[in-house]
Amino acid sequence: MCRIVKKQKISEGIFRLDIKSPLIASERAPGQFVIISVDDHYGERIPLTIADADAEKGTVSIIFQAVGKTTCMLAKMNPGDKLACMLGPLGNPTHIENFGHTVCVGGGIGIAPLYPIIQALKKAGNTLTVILGARTSELLILKDEIEAIADKLIICTDDGSEGRKALVTEPLKEVCESDHPDMCVAIGPPVMMKFCADATKPYDVPIIVSLNSIMIDGTGMCGGCRVTVGDETKFVCVDGPEFDGHKVDFKNLIARLNSFKRQEYHSSLECRLQSVKDKG
Amino acid sequence: MQTSIGKRQGIIKILLKELIMDNLESGLNNDSEKCTEILEKIKASNNDLNRKERLSIPLQKMPEQQPEIRARNFNEVTLGYSPEKAVLESARCISCPGKPCVQACPVGIDIPAFLTAAAAGDFKKGISIIKKDNLLPAVCGRVCPQEIQCQSKCTVGKILGDVDESVSIGRIERFLADWERENCPEVPDVKENTGHKVAVVGSGPASLVVAADVRREGHDVTVFEALHKTGGVMTYGIPEFRLPKEIVFNEIDILKKMGVEFVTNFFVGRTRQLLDLLNEDGYDAVFIGEGAGLPRFMNIPGENLVGVFSANEYLTRVNLMRAFEQNRADTPIISNGIAVVVGGGNVAMDAARTALRMGADEVHVVYRRSEDEMPARKEEIHHAKEEGVIFHYLQNVIRCIGDENECLTELECVCYELGEPDSSGRPRPVEKEGSNFTMKAGVMIVAIGNHSNPILARSTPGLKCSDRGNILVDENMKTSLDRVYAAGDTVSGSATVILAMGDGRKAAASINRLFENS
Repeated sequence: MCRIVKKQKISEGIFRLDIKSPLIASERAPGQFVIISVDDHYGERIPLTIADADAEKGTVSIIFQAVGKTTCMLAKMNPGDKLACMLGPLGNPTHIENFGHTVCVGGGIGIAPLYPIIQALKKAGNTLTVILGARTSELLILKDEIEAIADKLIICTDDGSEGRKALVTEPLKEVCESDHPDMCVAIGPPVMMKFCADATKPYDVPIIVSLNSIMIDGTGMCGGCRVTVGDETKFVCVDGPEFDGHKVDFKNLIARLNSFKRQEYHSSLECRLQSVKDKG
Repeated sequence: MQTSIGKRQGIIKILLKELIMDNLESGLNNDSEKCTEILEKIKASNNDLNRKERLSIPLQKMPEQQPEIRARNFNEVTLGYSPEKAVLESARCISCPGKPCVQACPVGIDIPAFLTAAAAGDFKKGISIIKKDNLLPAVCGRVCPQEIQCQSKCTVGKILGDVDESVSIGRIERFLADWERENCPEVPDVKENTGHKVAVVGSGPASLVVAADVRREGHDVTVFEALHKTGGVMTYGIPEFRLPKEIVFNEIDILKKMGVEFVTNFFVGRTRQLLDLLNEDGYDAVFIGEGAGLPRFMNIPGENLVGVFSANEYLTRVNLMRAFEQNRADTPIISNGIAVVVGGGNVAMDAARTALRMGADEVHVVYRRSEDEMPARKEEIHHAKEEGVIFHYLQNVIRCIGDENECLTELECVCYELGEPDSSGRPRPVEKEGSNFTMKAGVMIVAIGNHSNPILARSTPGLKCSDRGNILVDENMKTSLDRVYAAGDTVSGSATVILAMGDGRKAAASINRLFENS
């Protein structure tokens, strides 16, 4: 159980792992996530959204960027290696229905969790405009897979190496202006989701965002994942991970994500130094 | 730099043990001569003392780490009785006819019987008497609130006019359990396999008791735990210095040897639906002992600032994720600065004392009633004070104030006075107008209890819950669903290990009855 069966380097620092877990593979639905740890005794537990799953093969796919201690260690693992723990599927599945015209916005690694939602929305009959953004063309993931499903695909890169040289909010505003879509789903860095929420607001286009917060157990027990939504405190693991983007307090979310920035910087630095040593 | 905290703590442990042994050799207590004399007499007469002699034996104090040393380490605070102390303390029991202690024990242990055996030096018999009714004596001897249960009714305490002078039943229970573990660990007998299968949800105290009782009757038992380690609140919640994890895992190892299967990283309600366990996976009954796993917050402004934790989160980071081994654990924690704990229960004491050990500059406990109303065990409050925790009674936090980075810097508090009794029978705290003040804080830990975790109930059609979200059960601990039973905090809201165990035994008996006629 939790054995890695396939590893794929998608681009610099971005990996896809297919992990054996028949129960999670058959139970999971779009929008749900898993909690992963690489060391049973001293490891941290981190949430990662399920990018895909194959119920027949009994595998779950995760796509991640090696940025912290655990993701760095995960990136070093190979087929045949076992994770110390994988718990899931967690969180509530995305509410899927035929909204009509839906705009899906994915930024960076957030394109991974967006992919199964795009698949499900298409299956439900939505007309899909998909906007994908990345820093540079090399970091753009799942483009071909999404291109095959989307009715319209708009690509943006920060450096203009592919598609438009723009932030995703620019085409999002244009689509809102010209088509007034019925629904928007945005997944990406918190700052991107905040600006997508701001961009859709003047047009009264509802927006769903999927939040990735600090978590320990992922079952509701610790409350570390709490976010302010409207006037209420919500737990991402119990009530989310998807919320009304117009109500989320992003400033607080971003601050909470940086709670342990100093400690995390040190531990991922150690990890990177170690990998430099390994290479040398 | 390379010396791990664990290793250093190990060395401290050995040094402390030697100190205590020295103490033992040079005398048992301040009344050492007298104690030696009585000990001789107990041995010579095979524990045949008269009532007067028994009442004259001084209360045997529990050896402890010095407060200033223990406040900075995670080793167990209390060090346990020596065999001599255990014999002497047991001999203080006068075997009064009414056995009020037994009636005050939630699981009805035959206390005078085990004390008599222990006083005669027959520790094996003593522990076997306890184990008839209590399957986790090493745990309960440490964390049970004996002073409001068995020891509160002790006749010796009544005669001597002070409940603190009662026979130290809990300490002797702990001694016997530790003695057995170190000298002659036993795996209980299991009856021939019946072919019935029972799923147990969660691996805390209620679940462990059900697993043991049901397995003993020969039924197959699988325990499903959502976390990566077993033991529930005993592992993630109660700190190492009060309940060493080694003891919890030892109890679980015994269950494994009995043939109980443990599956970790399995969240019933998400990984698999409860009804699927019954209808598709071949389980004949399910026991729910998932605890009360949704922390309550105060609903005050600023409560989501960085630095505000639930006690569950703070304790889980330290205990389960081992943040106290700061050089090795990957899970971070904010450990310096001023920490303020809100609440007055055992969890609040655990959080405060943990914050101290993590290196906080100051630790404050803010409680809205007075010390008399504090629900925490007297011993825990006493230990916390000794270690340097500062208590603020009749005060409460009403607002968390942060800086431009949304990090906690200050707390706005108000003062209270006690008014008329409320529904709990305790005087209601009433806010004093205009008494607002602020105090500095980098960490606030909210320890005001838990709600029931809604996930299992939401995903299980037909499982009835109270308005507060607790699973409803009948007198046999059966839920609204056939073949589904529940006990522990998931039913009661929040209580103690021993109460969870008591109800767990009832549930186990119901499950065993279910199979008797089939």
